[in-house]
Amino acid sequence: MVKEGLFYTKDHEWARCEGDIAVVGITDYAQGEMGDIVFIELCEIGTSVEQGKLLCTIEAVKAVSDVFAPVSGEVVEVNSELGSAPETINHDPYGAGWIAKIKMSNPDETKNLLSAAEYKQLIGEE
Amino acid sequence: MKYTPHTEKDIEGMLSALGFASIDELIEAAVGKTALARHSLSIGKAISEDELVRQLQDIASLNITVEDFTSFLGAGAYDHFIPAALDAIISRPEFYSAYTPYQPEVSQGTLTAIFEYQSLVSSLVGLDTCNASMYDGASALAEAVHLAVRKTHRRKVIIPRSLHPLWDKTVRTYIGGIADFVVVDFDSTGRMHNPASLVDDKTACVVVASPNFFGVIENIALLEPAVHLSGALLISVFNPISLGLLKPPGELGADIAVGEGQPLGIPLGFGGPYLGIFAARREFIRSMPGRIVAETVDADGKRGFVMTLQTREQHIRRARATSNICTNEGLAALAATVFMTLMGKTGMKKLAELNIQKAHYLAERLTSLEGVSLRFSAPFFNEFAISLPASASSVIERLKDKGFIAGFVLGRFYPGEDT
Repeated sequence: MVKEGLFYTKDHEWARCEGDIAVVGITDYAQGEMGDIVFIELCEIGTSVEQGKLLCTIEAVKAVSDVFAPVSGEVVEVNSELGSAPETINHDPYGAGWIAKIKMSNPDETKNLLSAAEYKQLIGEE
Repeated sequence: MKYTPHTEKDIEGMLSALGFASIDELIEAAVGKTALARHSLSIGKAISEDELVRQLQDIASLNITVEDFTSFLGAGAYDHFIPAALDAIISRPEFYSAYTPYQPEVSQGTLTAIFEYQSLVSSLVGLDTCNASMYDGASALAEAVHLAVRKTHRRKVIIPRSLHPLWDKTVRTYIGGIADFVVVDFDSTGRMHNPASLVDDKTACVVVASPNFFGVIENIALLEPAVHLSGALLISVFNPISLGLLKPPGELGADIAVGEGQPLGIPLGFGGPYLGIFAARREFIRSMPGRIVAETVDADGKRGFVMTLQTREQHIRRARATSNICTNEGLAALAATVFMTLMGKTGMKKLAELNIQKAHYLAERLTSLEGVSLRFSAPFFNEFAISLPASASSVIERLKDKGFIAGFVLGRFYPGEDT
């Protein structure tokens, strides 16, 4: 499932802009490919991240994946609920399974991201 | 499994595909004419097995070993009593392998033994988690410092000059590229000289060896608050035998504890095999190096053991694995497990008491000789440094004629400490 109204990356992250804050997570397609998520190594609040660079890592039972920041900026909040319940990402990737909130340093960067329609095309879902 | 060697036909097929007439021709083309040895090797004529064994025994008898001499050498490798039951148990064919098996869950016996090892070590050092062991204490320390640097995103590593000098070398060889080392000197007590003053917000970790290379017990409790206040990690290097009496590293506030497990029932054998003990607080478990065994239940609800948290390891995490170690010292860890089990809690305590009493008795007798005094004033465990009225190497040489391996010349690693 691809949710309308979000920005997407080729690496299967999504971002939802609320003013200059971007809420980010991984897509439903990504969680499905990974399988049961057992751990997430969250970044620290205050970390500055760059578009396309490492944001955090997610562990499934037999795989580890890097999550890249869809936009540049400073991490202002992380979803600490995921520490004890990482499987929330499997159940609700676009909602309660959000990962971090980034205060964007350059909102224009969203131009580099994909729309829902473009992302659907990328994963072959029409 | 079928063993299928290359047949003559296979070899001919491969050679003709490559355009060579013989294997010799292929090798010559691959290595080049100049690199090929044309003369026969000067290794003498073939001799019978019986002759060979005698010849090798003659050569081996030139060695001075702890079998024939009384050793006071220490300095990182210790000649301790090993109960005969230990060898009998670890020599069982089901156990007699150096490594963790590649299909580990089939080997429930091995995994059970490693789980026991981890449990025993955890309770000995007072920390929540322990891995299945590493190559030796020195490489375990390198891994511990690596963990601290990675976890804190800082580079400064405070390391004592009283750490075993070869351990220091190992750590620098392993992680010299990602860390900056600051050395704390020792003072006349043999302890680190004011290590807390070097700790700042760039410090990844402070390494404390206690007992240190001189046998001296450090005051870890005094240092701990400064380390943690700065956000650094405290890494404790311990001697497992000493923990029968001394407060465990975990209780003293250590985040990671590493030690050389050789004193736990592993004989001296020309530098190996050794046993790297690595234990840490629970919060570091996902950053730990090496293999970890855990208890679980199988499909029928029966107790079983598995390798766990493998996402840390190379076969899954590849370049970003926590360590390049993907094995352990299986047999040495088993020996330590059997040793600690045979000793029991009371035995470990008694062993530590014996060590400390005998070392202090010896120190008392030695220092009653004229011109002999203790080099350092702080309390020591089972080894100690003395100052002599003559050069240490000449004294050691003379005692060798009397059947004693008397000690280690500190001057070898510490210029000026020759007497």
